[in-house]
Amino acid sequence: MSDGLRNAGLFALVAALIVGTGMLQSWNTALVILNFGLISAIMALGVNLQWGFAGLFNVGVMGFVALGGLAVVLVSMPPVGAAWQAGGLGILAGLVLGAATIAGAILLWQRMSPGRARGLALLALGLVGFFAFRAVFDSGVQAVEAVDPALTGYLGGLGLPVLLAWPVGGLLAAGGAWVIGKTALGLRSDYLAIATLGISEIIIAVMKNEDWLSRGVKNVIGLPRPVPYEVDLQNDPAFVEQAAGLGLDAVTASGLWVKTQYGVLFAIVLVVIFVALQLALKSPWGRMMRAIRDNETAARAMGKDVTRRHLQVFVLGSAICGLAGAMMTTLDGQLTPSSYQPLRFTFLVWVMVIVGGSGSNLGAVLGGFLIWFLWVQVEPLGALLMQGITAGMADGSALKAHLLDSVAHMRLLTMGIVLLLVLRFSPRGLIPEK
Amino acid sequence: MELLNALMVLMNFVIVPALTYGSQLALGALGVTLVYGILRFSNFAHGDGMALGTTAVILFTWWFQSLGISLGPVPTALLALPFGIAAAAALMLGTDRVVYRFYRTQKAKPVILVIVSMGVMFIYNGITRFIIGPDDQNFADGARFLFTVREFRDWSGLDEGFGIRSTQALTVVTAVIVVAALFWFLNRTRTGKSMRAFSDNEDLALLSGINPEKVVAVTWLLVAALATIAGTLYGLDKSFKPFTYFQLLLPIFAAAIVGGLGSPLGAIAGGFIIAFSEVTVTYAWKKVLEYALPEALAPEGLMQLMSTEYKFAVSFMILVVVLLFKPTGLFKGKAV
Repeated sequence: MSDGLRNAGLFALVAALIVGTGMLQSWNTALVILNFGLISAIMALGVNLQWGFAGLFNVGVMGFVALGGLAVVLVSMPPVGAAWQAGGLGILAGLVLGAATIAGAILLWQRMSPGRARGLALLALGLVGFFAFRAVFDSGVQAVEAVDPALTGYLGGLGLPVLLAWPVGGLLAAGGAWVIGKTALGLRSDYLAIATLGISEIIIAVMKNEDWLSRGVKNVIGLPRPVPYEVDLQNDPAFVEQAAGLGLDAVTASGLWVKTQYGVLFAIVLVVIFVALQLALKSPWGRMMRAIRDNETAARAMGKDVTRRHLQVFVLGSAICGLAGAMMTTLDGQLTPSSYQPLRFTFLVWVMVIVGGSGSNLGAVLGGFLIWFLWVQVEPLGALLMQGITAGMADGSALKAHLLDSVAHMRLLTMGIVLLLVLRFSPRGLIPEK
Repeated sequence: MELLNALMVLMNFVIVPALTYGSQLALGALGVTLVYGILRFSNFAHGDGMALGTTAVILFTWWFQSLGISLGPVPTALLALPFGIAAAAALMLGTDRVVYRFYRTQKAKPVILVIVSMGVMFIYNGITRFIIGPDDQNFADGARFLFTVREFRDWSGLDEGFGIRSTQALTVVTAVIVVAALFWFLNRTRTGKSMRAFSDNEDLALLSGINPEKVVAVTWLLVAALATIAGTLYGLDKSFKPFTYFQLLLPIFAAAIVGGLGSPLGAIAGGFIIAFSEVTVTYAWKKVLEYALPEALAPEGLMQLMSTEYKFAVSFMILVVVLLFKPTGLFKGKAV
């Protein structure tokens, strides 16, 4: 069987799974799976760019996804005028001060000759800078967070169209990736993993605690949408008539129509990124990246600047994750910092890439859809299984209740087993790299 | 007098908790560093391995409690610890046999093993949640305090005092015993020496007739014991929650890297460096400074450098500084 036919078969299988969900459960569920599958596929493409193309081990996907989500708030929410007046200037000044301190420290480090004087100067600058930053910044934060805390209590965004947030999300993530890459690239591969794990936890901590920025755990709800609202559609006589023509009631039809529109938007982004990555993979740049991945020493001997190329590909891959994160937050319609879980946003994406086939873009897309489908459907399937197992047990027994409760944790177990099985028996994944 | 009071506050809120936390981190980092030295990969499943070992301890503790067995003032968990270690050892040896050994014989790249350990992490995490659920579990019993703040104050006649919870004392004492035993084992016994030889130079060790499978098996036994003890002590001292153990990965790795990956001594030093930095940076110094400084200089704010939610940021900052300026760690570790 030729590769093309095999791949087509695999994608047909995924399509069949989603369509099957539509027929057996509901079309609404199927569309939700499809939309999240599209987003997952984009995240998987980003990680595949880092891991598959360049062999970089990024365990901080969650952080970059969250930065993308933050971008949606910063770009699309209307600015809170009162908050800006109260403390906007203080916060901005504080941030500038903080940045200036860091820049000054770097400058000192480079300009002064090594020795005790440099150490003391750095320490003094750091201390003065830190307390100045805290003094200016904290007063600003207090003022902002006091502005109608139940509804706003944050600076808001720029009030720009939400679609603009997607590329901005990519940019924010790229910035974060640059800082991490500068520190950890060029060292052992494990160090990058641990550094990215750390930065992602910190990004989430910032989003949870800096209320002036993202309202923290109070969440930002009601983000603007690029597609019409269901309620508006239901009140539109023309739409209701069309839906009736298809034999659907207006409520169902509006839900489906909105989700389809999201799906089309996401599919366009996916296709653009996929084509770009395919071209990149086949270009001289892609060949160089793979040469570096397969033998760093040889590539370095050929005059390639390995660390620089790694930084480049790391920033690009993270930007794609950020873009996907912005899309996901747009789809959710709200930013919930506490919903970012590393197992769901970092490690699951890794399972997608490995199962799909590292180094293969088509594989990443397939893995994105397939693993997302499994992730969603394992729970109901597990529940069914558990009901079967516990059917013979007496009602009200502690074991039965415990087993039924534990269904929720089947997902992690299944994902771990899938990952290990693929790594062991088919390490090149479902669609291997050519 | 005022300075003494400041010292007491400092003891109560900074030194004692940081010593406790540092011991827990050091035990965790020792496990990570052993796996790194012998098996040559960063074990991402370590945090969840700790959680699973602790789960076993908790189940045994509950069983003993239901049988009415107790150790009086000492937590019953101590009695359950050997059983928990046995369970964790069986689990880790089984994992090695089923999962890791295949890649070892293949001489797979370290990064592949890291990804494999990620899969193992998922499975451990799933099993832990399956058995005990994702919620907080309390399994500490016995005496709450060695001595309380009030008792100390009455005894010393100072305005301030410090107390030591029994779990804190237990943690430090256990850690000292475990570390001493571990170092005795590594430096004095034949098996320990062969482990160090294997870690230094694998080929040379193989040539001199060291059985690699035995070294690996012993390593996993040690790691299981260290992880279970660290996890149990942490759970007794704070509380047991599976997700917290996953989050401990970052400070544990930071401790191991700061000390130098592969260096047991470094892991201990790293554990205490991370713990003391975390506690001092996130502690509100107001009260200490009020005692230590003359009245005119008494601070108005809380004098807290960073809020407690950012404690992970502290270990991360230390990690970044070490990576930038001394990537092999303070005690020269390996840099493969």
